Amino acid sequence: MSYAWHWEVFLQPAASGDATYLGWMGAGLAMTVALSLAAWLMALVCGTLAGVLRTVPNRLWSGLAAAYVEVFRNIPLLVQLFIWYFVLPELLPPAWGDAFKQLNPVTQQFAAAVVCLGFFTSARVCEHVRAGIESLPRGQRNASLALGLTLAQTYRHVMLPMAFRLIVPPLTSEFLNVFKNSAVASTIGLLELAAQSRQLVDYTAQPYESFIAVTVMYMALNVVVMSGMRWVERKAQVPGYIGAK
Amino acid sequence: MISIRNVGKHYGSFQVLADCSTEVNKGEVIVVCGPSGSGKSTLIKCVNGLEPFQQGEIVVNGVSVGAPKTDLPKLRAHVGMVFQHFELFPHMSIMANLTLAQEKVLGRPHEEARAKGPALLDRVGLRAQAAKYPGELSGGQQQRVAIARALAMDPICMLFDEPTSALDPEMINEVLDVMVELAREGMTMMCVTHEMGFARQVAHRVVFMDHGRIVEDAPTEAFFGAPRSERAQQFLAKILHH
Repeated sequence: MSYAWHWEVFLQPAASGDATYLGWMGAGLAMTVALSLAAWLMALVCGTLAGVLRTVPNRLWSGLAAAYVEVFRNIPLLVQLFIWYFVLPELLPPAWGDAFKQLNPVTQQFAAAVVCLGFFTSARVCEHVRAGIESLPRGQRNASLALGLTLAQTYRHVMLPMAFRLIVPPLTSEFLNVFKNSAVASTIGLLELAAQSRQLVDYTAQPYESFIAVTVMYMALNVVVMSGMRWVERKAQVPGYIGAK
Repeated sequence: MISIRNVGKHYGSFQVLADCSTEVNKGEVIVVCGPSGSGKSTLIKCVNGLEPFQQGEIVVNGVSVGAPKTDLPKLRAHVGMVFQHFELFPHMSIMANLTLAQEKVLGRPHEEARAKGPALLDRVGLRAQAAKYPGELSGGQQQRVAIARALAMDPICMLFDEPTSALDPEMINEVLDVMVELAREGMTMMCVTHEMGFARQVAHRVVFMDHGRIVEDAPTEAFFGAPRSERAQQFLAKILHH
């Protein structure tokens, strides 16, 4: 195989004229990070809420939460993204749809991608939260209620703090998945890391360097996330409890 | 103080409790015993509304537990309960276990709640353990902390649901000692337990249950002297042999 490696291509000024190709990759990385963090935040909030609702005694609430999970977990991520970006603006009241379409295109793409990834991931977070709550001894809930705490206080002070400690490892996987799943946003034109890699290939004609560089960036991102979550796991350890040293 | 009147409970067609009636007066210690599956734990959980029941009425300190508009958290705040498996909150230090409900339920300021800690822990002989976590204590120590946690709320009565059943034999006495102490101080107590020595020592009355019914409800002396029901006689013959 005769392939001319040109790693220095990244330092050349890009076609847009205002940055190097390395700058393009940096912009893509920043977009991926912003998109993933926003979606993760939304997933944690909505997923926790839905996970709690799945375990409350009220059948109506737990049924609604179960339906929520099925909807967002069973439809392919790519289809969900197209629905949020292409279909939903047409179904909204015309005034709202038009207002959305008049936004800056990047804002439109970013908003659709955050909402899509956020809901998709929240359905998975919800199931982890539910599993965490259900794995607690039932007596914990009784003990807290017997002290006079309300059900809401029981979740807030007794059940959720322990449930979250138990589910840090699966949540780490979900957090990593958000970063990898964020690549689907390139299909609606958002210039995040995956989209930048294709653009780099087109402009530099150096596919190996481009894909290798982007792959390394994704891996570096995930190493950061993993070590961050390991730190969280260590911090959350309960003395004398399983998993603690 | 606690008045249980014709209480019945069923899961589907399975009758867990049937027509249970008894009274616990202020300052009285009642021991509830009976074979496993007889409904003792279910009955005691009905007293503070942890288990719903379908028939009858339970009145605690003038408040009907089963009434739909009863403020259960408010009622429970003054009814201490101790569980078979301790149920301390594992992610909180011993001190935090003692102060959580004082602050969140009674609205005591943090400093005031903390200030009660040493005296409570002294009472159960665990003053040095305030900064530890439940997982670092033995079962007997955890159960004593659980009693202190209930006492922190200044309860008007205490419910014990098999407090020594999950303990190693050598730890049972340290928990019973605390309970005997409490009884001597005049605390109103309802105890589900198989510790007949404890019952003889401090109980005013013994309630014997079988198949969801209260078969016998007699003063302690009379119960151990000459239980009237055959079932209670069999039960006592079995557990007192050892």
